[in-house]
Amino acid sequence: MSALHFHFEIDGMDFSSAGDASVAVKKKLRQLGFPSDVIRRCSIAMYEGEINMVIHADGGTADVMVYPDKVVMVLEDHGPGIPDVELAMKEGYSTSTEQIRNMGFGAGMGLPNMKRYTDSLEIETQVGVGTKLTMVVSV
Amino acid sequence: MTVQEMAERLSLKTVCLCEPEREIEGGYTGDLLSWVMGNAQSGDVWITIMSNNNVVAVAVLVDVACVILSEDVTLDPGVQELAEKKGINIFSTAESSFSIGAKVAALL
Ligand SMILES: Nc1ncnc2c1ncn2[C@@H]1O[C@H](COP(=O)(O)OP(=O)(O)OP(=O)(O)O)[C@@H](O)[C@H]1O
Ligand SMILES: [Mg+2]
Repeated sequence: MSALHFHFEIDGMDFSSAGDASVAVKKKLRQLGFPSDVIRRCSIAMYEGEINMVIHADGGTADVMVYPDKVVMVLEDHGPGIPDVELAMKEGYSTSTEQIRNMGFGAGMGLPNMKRYTDSLEIETQVGVGTKLTMVVSV
Repeated sequence: MTVQEMAERLSLKTVCLCEPEREIEGGYTGDLLSWVMGNAQSGDVWITIMSNNNVVAVAVLVDVACVILSEDVTLDPGVQELAEKKGINIFSTAESSFSIGAKVAALL
């Protein structure tokens, strides 16, 4: 099945434009007429992933494929990787610094939110190589 | 009740009012953005002391009715312009998050 494909480059540590990709995806999905709960779930999950790449991985790329029955979001970075995925998935677990916490991040709720708002979340990660997240939201 | 009516009733200062007729449906208080994204609902009044541009992104994504900056917090430079561009309603107040939250709750 053919899909609409959107590609974004996400800069590391650039909080001035962090979230732009997610907000753009939200707008596209709205234009395409998706139900509002699908739009909300996709855009929040993507924002959490986008922010994680900015904070933890010095940026990366986001690819969003939109099908009539699902939205697939692939976020890939060449950051430090996640040594213990099970631990990272725990609510409240965060390695964020004081500076990051002062900006409102670092609650350790990003990955749990991504899991909660998507129908599938797949994490491929290798320490020293990077992280690839694949999220699917069914319509 | 619309955000404009609420702002008048609670004597809030207007920071930017893009959609005065937006209905308020609920409320959420919090500063940790992932908690807000996990728990706030579309149409909520979001009370926070956060002042950076991520507030605008989260307000857009959650689709809150408006943001109230409590404790006399002012937005970081450039954030108001961003909020105007994205069509977000923002008010401010000298009251604490607790006290303004109670007043919003009483209006709902
Ligand atoms: N792309 C990534 N690269 C490397 N480490 C990551 C990445 N994403 C998440 N992590 C690690 O997993 C932890 C948990 O991530 P999660 O998004 O749940 O919380 P957080 O980003 O620390 O805080 P919050 O998302 O609530 O603002 C992070 O603190 C970080 O150590
Ligand atoms: Mg996070």
